[in-house]
Amino acid sequence: MTDTTEAVRRASTRTIRVEVSRYRPGEDAEPVFQEYEVPLMADWAVLDGLNYIKDRLDGSLSFRWSCRMGVCGSCGMNVNGEPRLTCGTFLSEYGEGPVRIEPLKGFPVIRDLVVDIDDFLAKLSSVRPWLIREGEEPPLTAEYAQTPEQLEAYKQYSMCINCLLCYSACPVYVLDPDFLGPAAIALAQRYNLDSRDMGDRFDVLNLEDSVWGCTFVGECTSACPKHVDPAEAIQRYKLTAALRSVLPWSRR
Amino acid sequence: MRRTPEPYLWLLFSGGGVVAALLLPVLVLLFGVLMPLGVVDWPAAEHLRALLDSPPVRVALVVVVVLCLFHAAHRVRHTSEELFGIARFDVVIALLCYGGAVAGGVVAAVLMV
Repeated sequence: MTDTTEAVRRASTRTIRVEVSRYRPGEDAEPVFQEYEVPLMADWAVLDGLNYIKDRLDGSLSFRWSCRMGVCGSCGMNVNGEPRLTCGTFLSEYGEGPVRIEPLKGFPVIRDLVVDIDDFLAKLSSVRPWLIREGEEPPLTAEYAQTPEQLEAYKQYSMCINCLLCYSACPVYVLDPDFLGPAAIALAQRYNLDSRDMGDRFDVLNLEDSVWGCTFVGECTSACPKHVDPAEAIQRYKLTAALRSVLPWSRR
Repeated sequence: MRRTPEPYLWLLFSGGGVVAALLLPVLVLLFGVLMPLGVVDWPAAEHLRALLDSPPVRVALVVVVVLCLFHAAHRVRHTSEELFGIARFDVVIALLCYGGAVAGGVVAAVLMV
């Protein structure tokens, strides 16, 4: 505490204006912006600015965060109109400011910057995101070795941290919340392309609200902080599903 | 599971995209740059007609035209629905777009017979 206070006093007479979207159920009829002056420290991420507000200026501000290092995926917010992980976005990127922080677009707001992700979690589990094996009861010690090529086939898609930035960036999802969406389809492909998986996800993917809802805008891939390529995952499955529809006997 | 026509429409769309991507740059380079600059001679009318005498060439041309028309129809359908927010009229728009592609394909086939 005292270290921060000291560092702030020493390093910073400069501040940056942060405009935070506030929504307090029962108090606000709709989200309103509240302005705060935050020290403009060279090594502060937007999340550090929010924590400064919460600790020093206004303890009633609500937002999600956990790891501060781009792994947990809980601090995604709209920063100056773009979906970003606030722990990986520096305040200094925005020069003199102001920085406008809003909850992720496309999700119902529970309070301030906290959005409701229940629908997303249901979508994730709907693609059966686990290794499906058929006709065996392996001992717990069973191992299924893979070659480096077999690992490479799906590894990229396994890097997703469920931060929801791709949903917030997707114009299809924002217009139609029933769209299964980038992360869930990429996760399905993560298992489809795994040599150990014997499952079939055609029934959940070959739908108008699933891969066929995607119009290949590609914003999901641009927004992804973990360099997953959901747009590619979806296009690949479109080809798989289209060929399977034409040649019903062929499997993925 | 509810059946959806999208896989078939998308195959036509992506087939058209591949065909257009392979052929259009060549045609633009030949007829839009090299021939006007005199690097390559303009083809004689008899030469082009002789090319069209071969039935496989005619069939290939019809296929190319139909695929490109379906590509355009699919793109116009989705772009217009999202740009103008008229997705609720999807069935009508789809009929217009793909109907146009079918009509264009029929015209191409008639011309080639």
